[in-house]
Amino acid sequence: MRLYAVVAGGAFRRYATYRTATAAGVFTNTVFGFIVAYTYIALWDVRPELGGYDTSEALTYVWLGQALLMACAMMGGGFEDELVERIRTGDIAVDLYRPVDLQLWWMAGDLGRAAFHLLGRGVVPMFLGALAFDLALPGSPWTWPAFFVSVFLGVVVSFAMRYLVAMSAFWLMDGAGAMRIVSLAGLFFSGMLLPLNLFPGLLGEVARTLPWSSLLQVPADVFLGKHTGWGLAEAYAFQGGWAVVLLLAGRLAQTAATRRVVVQGG
Amino acid sequence: MLEGLRAYGLIMAMWVRSTMAYRASFAMTVFGDFTVTAFDFVTILLMFSHVDALGGYTLQEIALLYGVSATAFGLCDLLLGSMDRVGRRVRDGTLDTLLVRPVPVLAQVAADRFALRRLGRITQGLLVLGYALLSLDIAWTPLKVLMLPMMVVSGAAIFGAVFVAGAAFQFVAQDASEVQNSFTYGGTTLLQYPPTIFAKDLVRGVTFVVPLAFVSWLPALYVLGREYPVDLPQWVAFLPPLVAAGCWVLAGLAWRAGLRAYRSTGS
Repeated sequence: MRLYAVVAGGAFRRYATYRTATAAGVFTNTVFGFIVAYTYIALWDVRPELGGYDTSEALTYVWLGQALLMACAMMGGGFEDELVERIRTGDIAVDLYRPVDLQLWWMAGDLGRAAFHLLGRGVVPMFLGALAFDLALPGSPWTWPAFFVSVFLGVVVSFAMRYLVAMSAFWLMDGAGAMRIVSLAGLFFSGMLLPLNLFPGLLGEVARTLPWSSLLQVPADVFLGKHTGWGLAEAYAFQGGWAVVLLLAGRLAQTAATRRVVVQGG
Repeated sequence: MLEGLRAYGLIMAMWVRSTMAYRASFAMTVFGDFTVTAFDFVTILLMFSHVDALGGYTLQEIALLYGVSATAFGLCDLLLGSMDRVGRRVRDGTLDTLLVRPVPVLAQVAADRFALRRLGRITQGLLVLGYALLSLDIAWTPLKVLMLPMMVVSGAAIFGAVFVAGAAFQFVAQDASEVQNSFTYGGTTLLQYPPTIFAKDLVRGVTFVVPLAFVSWLPALYVLGREYPVDLPQWVAFLPPLVAAGCWVLAGLAWRAGLRAYRSTGS
């Protein structure tokens, strides 16, 4: 357990090293936040209460999306490039010899990364957004911890999905295509483009059931106080359920892959 | 200049050959680029499933703004999209390799990791542009017809200048390539929506400071016969080629200054 905490801490520090990159990222998130916020204002201007949100809730949703984009790795971008590269080059053989659990090792690192991105790239855009627009911040102090639990579960779901896809590199060798497709699905089905409540009919129902809704839609609704009491427990159960299923799937793929691993070049 | 273009062509051909080594992956990445850009338009379609007009513009009018901006940006992204890698090369010192070759550095940097998959983005932009042109009821004049290719080409050039200026900035900032993204990717997203929905100061900013409005807003609003929200005479709609040329002069100067300021990692 201590080992994994050290790995997570290391990942946190590793991302914290890139200060200019973080500042540049905050700038980008803020610029996009402004652009999207104006499009939402235009939309809610015509249709107030669209999707069950009022304008300030919709704007809060925009800034939550910018704040969580990197933490929940909605478009990918975390450990997976490195893991796929290790599989491709055969370095993975060394990792498999180590007396640690491969999946937990990478998860610890990814949690550290997410924690840094939540602080480094989440807080400032959210703050700037709150300065420029009238946001619906939580009324009850209990909403904050409830929100962070949901974000944590979202990060785990995100990790589990990306790990599963990275495992495909054992069969495909070049994982770029598969990872790209998953990052696209993440962008669309997380609710980053538009809240999933606004997706029409069956598409909306499917989108809200898929694991990606754990990355933004569910945490945002927790933040906006749409899930309380039993509803909150249900939301957690939804996220936790997907996390368990996907982690197990990743574990199965890993077992299958390591049994047939052929180390390249030697 | 000619030498630079030749080098660009050679490096580009090399990267295309190397991409083609993994064909299945290439097909998936083209599809990926097509889809990720298409999402922007899907978002607009989803919005229009709830409303008939956004900022006073119909779906077809927004499709024209979108099509022009996405095609111009796609063209520029195909040719210069890898320029955001300069920062990485400055950091790890591999820029030195480019400096000792007898070929313009800008050409080498621009062709570095040339990504043919970006054709997906252009295709998507052209499809939406085609839809807009077929569905819009425009009183076409020869001038308006000429405006279309002019917008796309000068628009790509304006975005290109932003890419080069952004790359020059990275000589100083090293790992701030995302700042560039907010002007390029952010710029194209902004231009896909009508100017009426944005705050006046923001519209002024992208008109007079970073002249992205000349990519699509100003010329396209002329084609649509719409007024620009910030007071400007109508003839500014014809300025994009001049604005593009001006931007390239400034970007070129910035690039030179950046290259001259470059100090290798030296450890």
